[in-house]
Amino acid sequence: MTPSPASPPENVQADLAALARLARDIRLAVLDMTRRAGSGHVGSVFSCAEILAALYGRVLRVRPEEPDWPDRDRFVMSKGHAAAGLYAVLALRGFLPAARLEEFYVDGGSLVGHATTGVPGVELSTGSLGHGFPVSVGLAEGARRLGRPWRVYALLSDGECDEGATWEAALLAAAWHLDNLTVIVDYNKVQSYGLVSEVVPLDPLGAKWESFGWAVREVDGHDLEALLEALDPERWPVAGKPRCIVAHTVKGKGVSFMEGQVLWHYRTPRGDEYARAVAELTGAR
Amino acid sequence: MRNAFIRALHRVAECDARVVLITGDLGFGVLDEFRSRFPRQYYNVGVAEQNLTAVAVGLSLTGHVVFTYSIANFPTLRCLEHIRNDVCYHRANVKIVSVGGGMAYGALGFSHFATEDLAVLRALPGMTVVAPGDPVEVERLVPQLVALPGPAYLRLGRAGERPLHAPGTEIVLGRPARARAGSDVLLLSAGGMLPVALEAADLLLADGISAEVTSVHTLKPLDAAAICESAARFPVVVACEEHQIEGGLGGAVAEALMEGGVATQFRRFGLSGFPRGVGSQERLRSVNQLDAGALRLLVLRLCGVSAATPQGARSSA
Repeated sequence: MTPSPASPPENVQADLAALARLARDIRLAVLDMTRRAGSGHVGSVFSCAEILAALYGRVLRVRPEEPDWPDRDRFVMSKGHAAAGLYAVLALRGFLPAARLEEFYVDGGSLVGHATTGVPGVELSTGSLGHGFPVSVGLAEGARRLGRPWRVYALLSDGECDEGATWEAALLAAAWHLDNLTVIVDYNKVQSYGLVSEVVPLDPLGAKWESFGWAVREVDGHDLEALLEALDPERWPVAGKPRCIVAHTVKGKGVSFMEGQVLWHYRTPRGDEYARAVAELTGAR
Repeated sequence: MRNAFIRALHRVAECDARVVLITGDLGFGVLDEFRSRFPRQYYNVGVAEQNLTAVAVGLSLTGHVVFTYSIANFPTLRCLEHIRNDVCYHRANVKIVSVGGGMAYGALGFSHFATEDLAVLRALPGMTVVAPGDPVEVERLVPQLVALPGPAYLRLGRAGERPLHAPGTEIVLGRPARARAGSDVLLLSAGGMLPVALEAADLLLADGISAEVTSVHTLKPLDAAAICESAARFPVVVACEEHQIEGGLGGAVAEALMEGGVATQFRRFGLSGFPRGVGSQERLRSVNQLDAGALRLLVLRLCGVSAATPQGARSSA
């Protein structure tokens, strides 16, 4: 199924509700995956669940039944530690059977803890930060060389903006006027070992990208309507520049005791935490 | 070698639109003609080797054969993790080219030497590692690298090296190329050490020793069977390289000989530590005991022949 770029207005609310359910289902699937596996990065997925839902539910022109379709849009999970969220949304969109999510991060499994190819729909293997984005620049230029219409989206973490390679790629994408490339920064304000504001402050982050030659929008990264508008090049057309969406998000979004906590970069839900998290996520609906 | 590379690249770019060259802002005077003849197949990404490598991977994933071009360690060690994670893991069709292998940049100093590259690149899964010994090898190997899908590293010397192989010599990727036949010792050479090994063979002739010289231009995959078969015919084998003695040609050959059960007398001839001195490549080879004279003395010692000037020879033992 290839989503069309514009919906009739009467369907907008239903559409947003469906995307909100998709974001919730990503979170629920990831809670289950991480509990089973004893893995972490729950907070890192929760902050980008709406971004993934908007992309895979609406924006990306991809075909679950034909994951290698040559003209598909390319999505690169540059923040590879949020792999569980990517696998979950791919399963929810039908790229892989839901049962395969049980193979995440476990002995004898088939889904690696950081985004790794060999899974239908996973475009690039990432995990070390500052890799996926510069490769995306090459993918976008490749599309242009070939005269193909597909677009490239790269999802970065805020901590990833500490990497020099990120800014090497940011400079070049602007110099090459790659208007088929969109970067989304999941700015959840919490990095691996502390708050971004305490480790290496990034503010003003949008202004940094702008000064590097990018068209920039700052949105609430949990506001699906705002995300849809910013992600869709038909609704936010920019000629001659790459686009950067600084998505202001909350680490661990959706579960009160996870929100904004460095701990939930790592922690596995245990004891009654799982049930409490599920209750909050489902009760919120 | 640099010019031979450019000539070969012109030929492959002309008939294969997939071929693209990306430079990390180097190639003044060298890439000018390529840039003007193939503007659609040329990029300069600036002084940013991580980006150079990763962008090359992105382009290769869209069906291009991408050469990254820089000098010394810049396109390898500076961006090593991008080579490992982006190039190698994705088996990307990226060919990394470094000009100035070994101490070719002489007086520019250690920051511009590539003297650990072979060992480091050899350790990466799926990486083909090539260090041609003369311009003939370069010209023959470049099209073979284009035809071979996947990652490769091409270590070049500088400009102006003489062709050493006889005209018509067949140069095949993966197969060591004999440059001189001999019967007493076998000198295996990687990269720009080929002329040094040949010069040492000349000197040894006057000592009554007949040296065979083989250019092992492909260090990975190493033709272990050919190396073992050839080494077994000689009582003395020396691996010569302008590279640290750990992990390069010497290391690769030692592994092959040990696993192949070839118990010949074997030594590594290379650098131990950062090179000393200031000056041209020739000067630095001399100062660092990496010239034909030093190689001769090592061979004489291994052969049990006393030399007129025994001091100065340094083996890897």
